[in-house]
Amino acid sequence: MFDPYRVREDFPIFKRKINNHPLIYFDNAATSQKPRQVIEAMKEFYEKHNANVHRAVHTLSLEATELYEKAHEEAAKFIGAKSIEETVFVRGTTEAINLVAYSWGLRNLKREDEVLVTLMEHHSNIVPWEILSKIKGFKVKYADVKPDGTLDYDSLKEMLTPKVKLVCITHVSNVTGVINDVKTVAKLAHEKGALVLVDGAQSVPHMPVNVQELDCDFLVFSGHKMLGPTGIGVLYGKREILEKMEPFQGGGEMIREVSFDLETRRCTISWNELPWKFEAGTPDICGAVGLTAAIKYLIALGMENVIAHECSLMEYALKRLKKCTKIKVYGPEDTKLRCGIIPFNVEGLNSHDVALLLDSYGIMIRSGFHCAQPLHQKLGIPSSARASFYIYNTREEIDRFVEALKEIEQAL
Amino acid sequence: MNPNQSLEAYIARIEEACGEEKDVIVHFRYEKKDEAIGKMLRKAKVERTISGIIFDLTYKDLAIRLYNTGKAVFKKAKNKSQVQEVLAELLL
Repeated sequence: MFDPYRVREDFPIFKRKINNHPLIYFDNAATSQKPRQVIEAMKEFYEKHNANVHRAVHTLSLEATELYEKAHEEAAKFIGAKSIEETVFVRGTTEAINLVAYSWGLRNLKREDEVLVTLMEHHSNIVPWEILSKIKGFKVKYADVKPDGTLDYDSLKEMLTPKVKLVCITHVSNVTGVINDVKTVAKLAHEKGALVLVDGAQSVPHMPVNVQELDCDFLVFSGHKMLGPTGIGVLYGKREILEKMEPFQGGGEMIREVSFDLETRRCTISWNELPWKFEAGTPDICGAVGLTAAIKYLIALGMENVIAHECSLMEYALKRLKKCTKIKVYGPEDTKLRCGIIPFNVEGLNSHDVALLLDSYGIMIRSGFHCAQPLHQKLGIPSSARASFYIYNTREEIDRFVEALKEIEQAL
Repeated sequence: MNPNQSLEAYIARIEEACGEEKDVIVHFRYEKKDEAIGKMLRKAKVERTISGIIFDLTYKDLAIRLYNTGKAVFKKAKNKSQVQEVLAELLL
């Protein structure tokens, strides 16, 4: 049985007190805490196996290479990719989207084309397309969001014309926790001949995700939001698409050969095989080791258990927050449409005040736009406070969170 | 002495927050927070105190919410520079 109290024992940070209160960490949509298994794996790498990967013959390099390649295997298995060729390691979700924008978009999108994104995207799934549209002249269109924060599928269908070459959609909103039906969106997009990029930053860490089942063309996510270290993330791409794409960055590791012609004085370059073609330079080997440990940790817990626990916390928190008269919670009433992220505001306070007040109770939440300004504008809210849950959070913590909010309500 | 350099003795970080409110959030250095709070309470007008934990202050055109944890929110400040100028007046 899933026991968050047992899980917490693996996380050294929860021994800390903040402002004389036991730490309550509700900023998991921004980044997760790290279990000692991840910390130890990374420490062990540097203490015992540190070397650069690939193309060396010594023992340490071989060990580092095996660990690094194993990380790709684990990541591929975790999301149901067919092979490691389909899992490219990047710095995180943002870099993965930029990789697709520049490697695929720059060469495939034309002036008359369109890229369809949704109004609930994180800036990282908006800005690269807006930047590229200024270079290539294509149009970026925004599928609408309903007042409850759910995606307006009719708006998306209406905008999904044959001109659309790529649909970019988040699996789970980082503001409202709304879960999008990306499988249906992928089917609709493919019927119109468009590719689909799914931002899995808020889904892969929290629920079972299978790329073959979703039939998405790209899926991107970050290691640090799923117990792993910062600086490592994954771009999944269908092999046939990645094979046709040109590299994102040039350098060592991503080439097979750089042959200099002594007569023409030019280099002829051939690319390395997948996924290394997209991994120029020395990669984040230790980060990959940490990511492997994080994936193993989550697999051992069971992703079905992870999402069930978070949804149960979300339902419990919503139920309790409803009784607070000065608190306005955003997102759909139907809890089946959302997961463990709750945006809210307290009447008479701005979101930063709420976050600072909760900080004095040792409760860490986020405030502001959460890198999703267009969604806030659409919902007509100046900013929001956001509580987001993970495997180590408990109902007891939610009780303390709600009690703190009640005290704040009464004090102001 | 450069005023910005002396401000550094009190301030760990100044951040322009996102959100329509355009707040600027100041984190005081832990070891100097009590001194900074004391100086601000003396020089700015205290509009309201909540249990000695939060102080709503006004100084010139700015509304400031000061927390005894060593943080302050400057409401509707134009930018970070304006807040630095005000902080220099209040703390130095």
